[in-house]
Amino acid sequence: MGLFEHVGKFSKFLVLVVSKPEKGKTFFSHIIKEIHKLGINSIGIVVIISLFMGAVIALQTAYNMQNPLLPDYLVGYTTRESMLLEFSSTIVGLILAGKVGSNIASEIGSMRVTEQIDALEIMGVNSANFLVLPKIIAAVFINPFLYILSVFVGILGGLFAGYLTGTVAVSDFIYGVQFGFIPYYISYSLIKTCVFAFIITAIPSYYGYFVKGGALEVGKASTKAVVNSSILILLSNLILTQILLK
Amino acid sequence: MITLKNVNKSFASLKVLNDISVNFEAGKTNLIIGQSGSGKTVLLKSIIGLHEIDSGKIFYSDRDFTAMNLKSRKNIRQEMGMVFQGGALFDSMSVEENVLFPLDMFSKMSDTEKMDRVNFCLNRVNIKNSNHLYPTEISGGMQKRVAIARAIALNPKYLFCDEPNSGLDPVTAIVIDNLIQEITKEFNMTTIINTHDMNSVMEIGEKILFISKGFKAWEGTKEEIFDTDNQALNDFVFASDLYQKIKKVNR
Repeated sequence: MGLFEHVGKFSKFLVLVVSKPEKGKTFFSHIIKEIHKLGINSIGIVVIISLFMGAVIALQTAYNMQNPLLPDYLVGYTTRESMLLEFSSTIVGLILAGKVGSNIASEIGSMRVTEQIDALEIMGVNSANFLVLPKIIAAVFINPFLYILSVFVGILGGLFAGYLTGTVAVSDFIYGVQFGFIPYYISYSLIKTCVFAFIITAIPSYYGYFVKGGALEVGKASTKAVVNSSILILLSNLILTQILLK
Repeated sequence: MITLKNVNKSFASLKVLNDISVNFEAGKTNLIIGQSGSGKTVLLKSIIGLHEIDSGKIFYSDRDFTAMNLKSRKNIRQEMGMVFQGGALFDSMSVEENVLFPLDMFSKMSDTEKMDRVNFCLNRVNIKNSNHLYPTEISGGMQKRVAIARAIALNPKYLFCDEPNSGLDPVTAIVIDNLIQEITKEFNMTTIINTHDMNSVMEIGEKILFISKGFKAWEGTKEEIFDTDNQALNDFVFASDLYQKIKKVNR
């Protein structure tokens, strides 16, 4: 299937997804479940990745700026800017595309091949809306919190790494973290995070929903979902950065 | 009653259903039989609207299903129950939640009434003390019975079963067949069962439609099947020595 066919099919799929839910109460309870499944269950991996990313950024900055003309607080400044602008949104987005994306594609794909989606349709339930919209809403809601958590943990990771290796004093690092702060960068990254959250949930849902065959095809759909979500995250990152930071 | 008039269905250049016309009667177990690849699953899925037919008409008690818009189809679907080949129970829900699901989505009952209905349906299919188990924790036969309970939760007028006893041992298969027949009589449903299991045909075949290579090849009852001269049907039904002996005894 060509790119344009995919775009057309995805657009029609989104029309089905973004329609009025059957029952508000059931829909709301699904959103809560998805927030737990997609967001709360991802806290562990986000914390681990952010902690190490922050630590490595701090150490690399410190070791590459051993110049008397460059102040020590630049380590804190660079760690904050890196986490805030790129790592906590894009890198965490890519990691979640792997973790959450493969989970969604295989879950919906398995439902398709075991006729559970047909069972929903027979009952008169809009299966695309019922299965996918709660995931999209849940991710768009919870991922900004994961982003904020990631920024804090990353900065803490940098602080600990600088302190434990003795490369930067705590006071210098904290000064650097507070230096030249531009609040708009948070808005910029939150917008990116929400767009990535949509990509991470909608693309794998699409691949899972239209899977045909058996377990092998579900696996292939899952792989395609992760690869294409990652590419779209990188592409949209470029476009959004050009639009929002010019 | 469900009526099909000149139903045709193709996939690309492959014609799967050719000019099928038949009446499926209320209060009876109507069986669609045929070899693998004969088109019976496509026919069943076309009747319930999972496949769009190319031409022809499908009537649900004089209501033209093929002419209905999405909203009308959605309404009529709440009068349908379906038992899928693999059960198609929702993995993430317990037995109780599976049966509760259609009630939650489409009924205006109170929570107590819904739970009463769930327990009634589960009791009706002889599922006891398993309300909180998940589909993976119960046997294939129990999964089929839970699927039947879920299918009848909204008290449907039409029940569709796609090979309901495939993968089951002969004893459990007969239990499932008899259960479907009892429920059909009890609630006066129009039941259509897709099968190639000859035990089912002989057990509950009150009306049988035989499909061969996408064509309607024969129509009748399980009693009439012994006297037919239709070669394709004879080859299919009496393929085994056992059934040939049964045919001789019956004649």
